Amino acid sequence: MELNSLTAHEVLKKINAQETSSKEVLASLCGRIEKVDSLVNAYARKPQEGTLPLNLAPETGGILKGLPISVKDNICTQGILTECCSKILQGFKPPYEATVIRKLKDAGAFIFPLKANMDEFAFGSSTENSYFGPTHNPWDLERVPGGSSGGSAAAVASNQAIWALGSDTGGSIRQPASFCGVVGLKPTYGLVSRYGLIAFASSLDQIGPLTKDVQDAAVLTGIIAGYDPADSTSVNREVPNYTKSLTGEIKGLKIGIPREYFVEGLDAEVREVVEEAIAKFKELGATVAQVSLPHTEYAIPVYYIIATAEASSNLARFDGVQYGYRASSENLIEMYKATRAQGFGQEAKRRILLGTFVLSHGYYDAYYLRALKVRTLIKTDFDNVFKDFDCIVTPTSPTGAFKIGERATDPLKMYLSDIYTISVNLAGIPAISVPCGFTGKGLPVGLQIMAKPFGEETLFKAAHAYEQNTGWHKIKAKI
Amino acid sequence: MKYQTVIGLEVHLQLNTRTKAFCGCSTDFGKTPNSNVCPVCLGLPGSLPVYNRQALNFAIKLALAFNCQIQEYTKFDRKNYFYPDLPKNYQISQYDLPLSRNGRLDIFSEGQPKRIGITRVHLEEDAGKLIHEGSESLVDFNRTGIPLLEIVSEPDLNSPQEAFDYLTSLKNIIEYLDVSDCDMEKGSLRCDANVSLRLPEAKELGVKTELKNMNSFKGVKDALAFEVQRQSAILEEGGTITQETRLWDAESSKTISMRTKEGAKDYRYFPDPDLTVFIIERETVSTIEKQLPELPQRKIRRFVENYGLTEYDAKILAASRKAADFAELCIRDFPQTDKKEIVNWLIGPLLSEANQRKKHIDELGLNHRELIELALLVQKEEISHLSAKTVLGQMLDTSKTAGELIREGNLGQISDSAALNGIIDTVIRENLKSVNDFKAGKANALMYLVGQVMKKTAGKANPKLVGELIGRKLSDA
Repeated sequence: MELNSLTAHEVLKKINAQETSSKEVLASLCGRIEKVDSLVNAYARKPQEGTLPLNLAPETGGILKGLPISVKDNICTQGILTECCSKILQGFKPPYEATVIRKLKDAGAFIFPLKANMDEFAFGSSTENSYFGPTHNPWDLERVPGGSSGGSAAAVASNQAIWALGSDTGGSIRQPASFCGVVGLKPTYGLVSRYGLIAFASSLDQIGPLTKDVQDAAVLTGIIAGYDPADSTSVNREVPNYTKSLTGEIKGLKIGIPREYFVEGLDAEVREVVEEAIAKFKELGATVAQVSLPHTEYAIPVYYIIATAEASSNLARFDGVQYGYRASSENLIEMYKATRAQGFGQEAKRRILLGTFVLSHGYYDAYYLRALKVRTLIKTDFDNVFKDFDCIVTPTSPTGAFKIGERATDPLKMYLSDIYTISVNLAGIPAISVPCGFTGKGLPVGLQIMAKPFGEETLFKAAHAYEQNTGWHKIKAKI
Repeated sequence: MKYQTVIGLEVHLQLNTRTKAFCGCSTDFGKTPNSNVCPVCLGLPGSLPVYNRQALNFAIKLALAFNCQIQEYTKFDRKNYFYPDLPKNYQISQYDLPLSRNGRLDIFSEGQPKRIGITRVHLEEDAGKLIHEGSESLVDFNRTGIPLLEIVSEPDLNSPQEAFDYLTSLKNIIEYLDVSDCDMEKGSLRCDANVSLRLPEAKELGVKTELKNMNSFKGVKDALAFEVQRQSAILEEGGTITQETRLWDAESSKTISMRTKEGAKDYRYFPDPDLTVFIIERETVSTIEKQLPELPQRKIRRFVENYGLTEYDAKILAASRKAADFAELCIRDFPQTDKKEIVNWLIGPLLSEANQRKKHIDELGLNHRELIELALLVQKEEISHLSAKTVLGQMLDTSKTAGELIREGNLGQISDSAALNGIIDTVIRENLKSVNDFKAGKANALMYLVGQVMKKTAGKANPKLVGELIGRKLSDA
């Protein structure tokens, strides 16, 4: 078995037993990248010819022993290009490290210098909106890997990464995890520092892991989580040892199944696979009951108001003055206009315009303020269910991976890809996606488990028990 | 003038916190451009603001001093606009829930007390500084993120002089609070003015213009005076005022139209999602309230009541907090119930020495006991008042004590009749005309003769004694 196909905990076991080294792991990954990334395009920038295997000596200290990790292109890595897969950030090498990267380095991780592909500024659900071209799904190269962390998910699924970091604003970790058959966690808002994550929507963004199994997700979450005084929205509470939750024991776990998630638009095959998964939970001793999240239908409109409003302001700083791409022009205003016109892709422009509109004088109350109120109602829906239930189980996405180009021209259809993942971000709660089977075409299906704020232990416990009793995660893409 | 002038002022005040409002960078003025910067105040992608507790406390302190209501629940908002001195292209400010509102400032203008409403005081971040060199523009981000308070007055000011007095009083209080340098030249205090005219019976306000670019309080007053004249001339001719921003040009003493405001600018304010809403605890407010220093008005009243000072003298001494503290030390330790003697020294010779040195009386390096000793020496007639003034100057220049300087300069007052008699006789001999004038009843002549004796003794003679001696000699003759 190739080193690159192992999970992080398997590799670490081998390293600790001196059966291999992080250098060998790195070489194995590089070999794999040379072989398949021309097909998958999981990494944003291609290595110069002949530079792989990377001639970089990984550090060997800490608990991670120099184990490489791949990082989404919107997380700042000091001295390493971080461009959010946008032309406008061309050449941007951050002079500082994101908090999660510092924590990973402290734990002995080797930050893989090729950054993972993504939708420009995380705007999208298919990784088609990248300045570096689309990423292809390792299970079917004609299909999308999901998005926006499609590069991270595809890299893990095609063994071009042991594990990876993504970011999730409305499903950007969970939906690609589902499409690519890997594990993805969106942590509770405030659990992981956002310092160094190039903001899309500040009140929704969280960094999280994309891994080959639940144990790796628990390990990686434990490393990146924790209070950061540099992020005012991070929460000061102790980080539990998540691997202790991996007991395999879920007897008595109370699971709610929200009626609003099993409606028209849910693919029949996906539904069947998810219902089988729910049956499996019952078999393992969990109790299952139907619940209601009555404001679910408002999640998408509320999300696209709040997320675009914040994005329109967050992206104002990309103006060609200090860093990134600058269009040459005679005067300041023209320079701003030309830089932004040439630097941003179509979806970025669409969202900036939408966000600018909803914050405009005369529209603020009708859109933004109203959306904030409905957001509170959506959160209350979850609070009510979690009074009686430990977790909520749903499909991660209503369909399997769709074809490249299929939804690219229809933004509304694209936005509906996130219908099951968006509420979680609006409510600030954690959710995990684990592989739970395949559609008739052999495309992976993901199961989403949600818990109350800081209920990551419940998620890992439930997801791990399910995973260990089904083994879906062991089935790999044939590429 | 048949119109009533209506003025509202908007003051921006840099707080003198050690670090910036949302990052740990130093706020030191005058450093190499772009040296006091970090990813946060440069607005680099991925960086996040964390608010400065000290800036918030300073803001609360100032708001309390102006009797504002402190909001229990407050937040920061983003004010969105593009400008190269604003690296994020939005300013972190406060919009609908400013940290305080509804304050007031009682001023004294043209002999009359007047209460000026303060609409709101809120905290925001300063922008960078643009430097234009030929065809190039440079930007210095050292100033970016320095905590800035915006203090907005009600349109309660009715003349340029009132505006001037409001600013003077405001600055006086802020200096007492020690939360800002208040230096208009360094830009730590900036003032924009809104001014409009209306007929006294009118209920609605007239169309206003906004004045910017004033670099001193006098500049504000002059710009307003010019604008009042300009607007009134237009109205007199039946014209209408255009709502616009006008820049004050100190060189030509004119306001110049900068841009016409076509409706309000849309800043698309919304709550900054990077900074959580926070609650200002009552305990925090009352702790800060307890630490408020005695403010000028109260101090003046206390000086009048406790030390028998005139209101005029008390005001001069309370001009700055440290000067007032120094003065109070002198007054308190002066070993007599009547404080007039020491007060005269403070607002007379000491103040004029301080003014010559462009310093406050507390900044002269003078120990207050030294001043008291000097005043007592004069009172005990061991040195003349004239010599004492010279000694005071020397004390400040050399840091020697009064006693040392008097000994060294042989300045001890001559109060010995025997020593003076010879000199007086000479003066009488040399000034027979004045002697005759005196005998003819001209009192001024005596003063002249005393002056001649003082001259011959290099100011050391005791003038009172000399006067007596001359008087006795001439009436005896």
